[in-house]
Amino acid sequence: MELMSDRGRRVTVDELNTTRLLAHARQQAHQRKLDDMVIVDVDAHHYENEHMKDILPFMENDVLRQLAMAQGMKGGRGTLMPQQIGYQDVGGRVTRYPLRASEKFEPGQHRDVQLGHRWMDAMGVDYSCLFPTGMLNIGLHPQKEMEVDLCWAYNRWVTEKVLPESGGRMFSMLSLPFSNPDESLRHVETFGHRDGVGGFMITAVRTLPVYDNAYMKVYRAIEERGLVLAFHSAFNWSENVFRGCNRFIAVHALGFSFYNILHCTNWVVNGMGERFPKLPVIWIESGLAWVPFLMQRLDHEYMMRPSECPLLKKKPSEYMRDMYYSSQPMEIQDLKAMEQTFRMMDAENRLLYASDYPHWDFDLPSTIYDLPFLSEKAKHNILGGTAARLFKLKPRNDKQKENLIRFGNYTAAA
Amino acid sequence: MAEKLVGKISEFKDGDRRIVFFGDHEIGVFRENGAFYAYSNYCLHQGGPACEGLTIAKVEERIMPDKTSKGLYFSDTELHFVCPWHGYEYDIKTGECVSDRRLKLRKYEVIEKGDELYVRA
Repeated sequence: MELMSDRGRRVTVDELNTTRLLAHARQQAHQRKLDDMVIVDVDAHHYENEHMKDILPFMENDVLRQLAMAQGMKGGRGTLMPQQIGYQDVGGRVTRYPLRASEKFEPGQHRDVQLGHRWMDAMGVDYSCLFPTGMLNIGLHPQKEMEVDLCWAYNRWVTEKVLPESGGRMFSMLSLPFSNPDESLRHVETFGHRDGVGGFMITAVRTLPVYDNAYMKVYRAIEERGLVLAFHSAFNWSENVFRGCNRFIAVHALGFSFYNILHCTNWVVNGMGERFPKLPVIWIESGLAWVPFLMQRLDHEYMMRPSECPLLKKKPSEYMRDMYYSSQPMEIQDLKAMEQTFRMMDAENRLLYASDYPHWDFDLPSTIYDLPFLSEKAKHNILGGTAARLFKLKPRNDKQKENLIRFGNYTAAA
Repeated sequence: MAEKLVGKISEFKDGDRRIVFFGDHEIGVFRENGAFYAYSNYCLHQGGPACEGLTIAKVEERIMPDKTSKGLYFSDTELHFVCPWHGYEYDIKTGECVSDRRLKLRKYEVIEKGDELYVRA
């Protein structure tokens, strides 16, 4: 196939075949014997916008469904989700974006499951937490009732039509319509027991106060069910603070950390860790460098202003160390800085491997496995052992079982 | 050092690229402005197929004497090839990673014998 290059020049490249594209990932997995380890990817994606005609019929409200489906029938001219200005594919340089439609798949199994299994098998990933892509902007929808109904439709579709075809290898943390606390609770009560639901996800691109009393019943319901709460970050070039940026690199680099810094700060200083001590919370796709930054900032100010955080019984950094963090995108430019980051966040017990595939800045398992300062136990925990415990995932072969037992991750997982 | 046949030079058009598998080596061979270049197909970042993506001119920014920017434009002289996994860009003439030119892909010797092109590893 041909792709557009500079000045309209066209360059011939192979059509997309994920297994072929990731052949070197498979080599890495083989060289490192990754198939002997349980590897859990806590943040992978599909493009649900390609399936809106299948998703929208699950909307509950007759009028909103008709409105949405009529919009969807306009052949791409209409929009249902808030859109973002952005250049994730770096002008087509990351070729799987423009080539995506060219990838062939076999009839009989959902396309997204087939593509997912291809990249999982290439990387040596056993289990993958599947998140949507466009819906990460659902928090920007101006209509609360549309946010609720689109989340409902997606959550029904993904749990009824997609995850069941994955042979148990894909799970999800379902998107909450966070603008409506009552509806968020109904989502937890309705979907919380379904197969493949490991927890619930708040799309972090929003500025709602996570400490609001209205949300306590939602967090309690998730905690009571032994499920996980995740904050999945993204970017928003239209956010006032980012309107002064003229390059996407600035919006992307700051935005993905910004929203989780905002929510994590509010979560910690309002004592949510004291209120919900058994609720596992994961901060997803903000990288790692923000964690020591925020720990130091909050600890420093807390020592002088404890009166503003009366629920805290220890330093903010200690509450942050009680929570979990997904590994991608790992800022792996300065190994000594990264080693400090791992130490400060207790990565051996709190860091969870994530690929973010197929998005442009994905990380392979080797990014964790090859870190020279990690112990064997830390590698096994980060790549999958800790997540296997959190999401109760079983080993897929005897070697994996042996390794889960060896590093103390088997009992809870099994 | 062993040599591996890449193909006939007469069938290798300007702007073409071939991937050659040679023992443990995977080599990307480019033809640009009549010259041949051969580099390891393993990206220095995460090991992606560095030579299998887009070729695209370097993006430059024109700064005037008063330090104001006149915007972005494509270079007339410098061509890059881009790893399709994450977008790491390499200078086609040197194999240097353009974000940090201290990093270089392994370069392979290219040999022309009549109408046949070989790489040496």
